[in-house]
Amino acid sequence: MKVAVCVKQVPDTWAEKRLREADARLDRESADGVMNELDEYAVEEALQLIEANGGEVVVISMGPERASETVRKALSMGADAGIHVVDDTLGGSDAVATSAVIAKAIEGRGFDLVIFGSESTDARMSVVPAMVAERLGWAQLTFAQKVEISGGEVSIERVTENGFATVTAATPAVVSVVEKINEPRYPSFKGIMAAKKKPVESLTAAELGLDAATVGAAAAWSAVNDFAARPPKAAGTVVTDEGDGGVKVAEFLATQKFI
Amino acid sequence: MGEVLVLVDEVDGTVKKSTTELLTAARRLGNPSAVWVGPGISDAAMATLGEFGATKVYVAGDADVAKHPVAPAAEVLAQLVAQVSPVAVLVPSTADGKEAAGRLAIRAGAGIITDAVDVTLDGDRVVATQSVFGGSTIVHSTVTHGVPVITVRGNAIAPEAAPVTATREDVSVSLSEAARKATITGHTAAVKGGRPELTEAQVVVSGGRGVGSAEGFSVIEALADTLGAAVGASRAATDAGWYPHQYQVGQTGKTVSPQLYIANGISGAIQHRAGMQTSKTIVVVNKDAEAPIFELADYGVVGDLFSVVPQLTQEIAKRSS
Ligand SMILES: Cc1cc2nc3c(=O)[nH]c(=O)nc-3n(C[C@H](O)[C@H](O)[C@H](O)COP(=O)(O)OP(=O)(O)OC[C@H]3O[C@@H](n4cnc5c(N)ncnc54)[C@H](O)[C@@H]3O)c2cc1C
Ligand SMILES: Nc1ncnc2c1ncn2[C@@H]1O[C@H](COP(=O)(O)O)[C@@H](O)[C@H]1O
Repeated sequence: MKVAVCVKQVPDTWAEKRLREADARLDRESADGVMNELDEYAVEEALQLIEANGGEVVVISMGPERASETVRKALSMGADAGIHVVDDTLGGSDAVATSAVIAKAIEGRGFDLVIFGSESTDARMSVVPAMVAERLGWAQLTFAQKVEISGGEVSIERVTENGFATVTAATPAVVSVVEKINEPRYPSFKGIMAAKKKPVESLTAAELGLDAATVGAAAAWSAVNDFAARPPKAAGTVVTDEGDGGVKVAEFLATQKFI
Repeated sequence: MGEVLVLVDEVDGTVKKSTTELLTAARRLGNPSAVWVGPGISDAAMATLGEFGATKVYVAGDADVAKHPVAPAAEVLAQLVAQVSPVAVLVPSTADGKEAAGRLAIRAGAGIITDAVDVTLDGDRVVATQSVFGGSTIVHSTVTHGVPVITVRGNAIAPEAAPVTATREDVSVSLSEAARKATITGHTAAVKGGRPELTEAQVVVSGGRGVGSAEGFSVIEALADTLGAAVGASRAATDAGWYPHQYQVGQTGKTVSPQLYIANGISGAIQHRAGMQTSKTIVVVNKDAEAPIFELADYGVVGDLFSVVPQLTQEIAKRSS
């Protein structure tokens, strides 16, 4: 079985995020880059599926030069090989273009499954996996809290607004995972050393057969008109409970007309 | 005035409040047309859609549309986009809604904006307002290519009625082969309580690891019930099995934006904040004065939730009797 897993480098979860004045793009330089948290679960799931069924895990990432750190991290967790799409013309791509690049990187390589995280912490759109499924014409099995695969058939529990649905399809399929699905492993020292020797293919948009005019900031199909920081909320009142904490909250709620 | 397509969100055949919010927003852009994807629409649902200004209701009622996740809604919308060239397509910002919007954007060759908290018309441009980075930045954006596909967050726009008589138009769908590839083979619905829907509630009372056990949630529920509130939980509480997963608030749970959010025994991890930070008023009860959740508090009590919360519940009951 051949499984692709898509990982994105994002600014550190706890870092304060802001948009750059000049082009309204996320300021990625001001914070450390880390693997998008949910993508760690995607890598873990891919590894577990391969450990159970045999095969190969290929990690795919699109991002600037330093996103190679994130590819390495997946390799040190245990993925076998990497594809890093790195190209200055891709900067500022919107989700539509990102999905085009990722679909191209997946197409024609014989993958049975491609696994995504269900959301990136920077863009928070939760649309790339569905868009890639649409582009590839593959089955979409997203928001999985459980994935099972047997004999060319894959079945997931899709988390819904109110419980879960069981969704089934023949491979190849696009899967995205939620954080309930597993507990991602930490790279071991051995894994980190081994990752250094694993192959990573670096590809440009042109090498993927994409027209440069269809990707990147200039080709984005949505644009920021303007943005403004909202003034931080005024500090609230904090009291220590001296046996009347509940009454005090009630008084506050009454002044705010909640009760 | 052009048509504005609004994808209806329903539960067990009843139109959700978020749809009435989207119809209200759609009226600022043009003539709202509701799009119902699913077998059978009731008279009551038609009436609700009309009450909020839907002049037309497109019904894609083929039994097949409910058998496959997400793709059918995207294909129905794409078909209607080609047919009526709408001013915009508004979709609820739920997991299903965002995914359907994403697929629609690809099919229709259109730009997409997710999680709008407002939409307005500026000349003939549809402008979406987004509140990003935990509400710290307000962004105005437009779609520059194709029909604007915009997902709109629940509880962000106040629904206002504008009654019309909705006319039903049946849409015959021809789902692509790709849309039929994934099949829904079963549903496991979590038990529904009698409380308001978490994402629609005006007041949410949440509990975290500090609640300590499933039984501990009875104090959270008691407070919620005196306030007519929904109950939420942190991931620590849902992972421990103290409260069902569908009540998880946060990055990988629900995003809520109520008038009042009361966080009890929750530390305020960034993933939790991501789902509640835009609540209008935030009250915190936590025994650790250093807990980061206090940074968000309009009013906070450093104390044990097992004494503060029951006292609060009692006090509210006393005041309202
Ligand atoms: C990929 C990913 C996704 C995640 N998604 C979510 C998400 O959607 N939602 C979410 O909530 N979390 C999410 N998390 C988890 C998040 O990082 C935190 O672990 C979680 O929110 C902690 O929950 P908590 O605040 O209840 O627990 P803790 O951080 O353990 O805090 C418990 C708090 O309770 C207080 N306390 C204890 N006893 C009492 C008492 N008797 N009275 C008063 N206070 C008391 C303590 O002082 C402490 O501050 C996610 C994490 C990851 C990695
Ligand atoms: N640039 C990228 N490179 C690789 N994977 C990505 C990229 N952007 C998004 N993804 C994948 O798509 C998922 C959802 O992202 P998003 O739709 O942006 O919230 C992420 O969890 C990743 O698995």
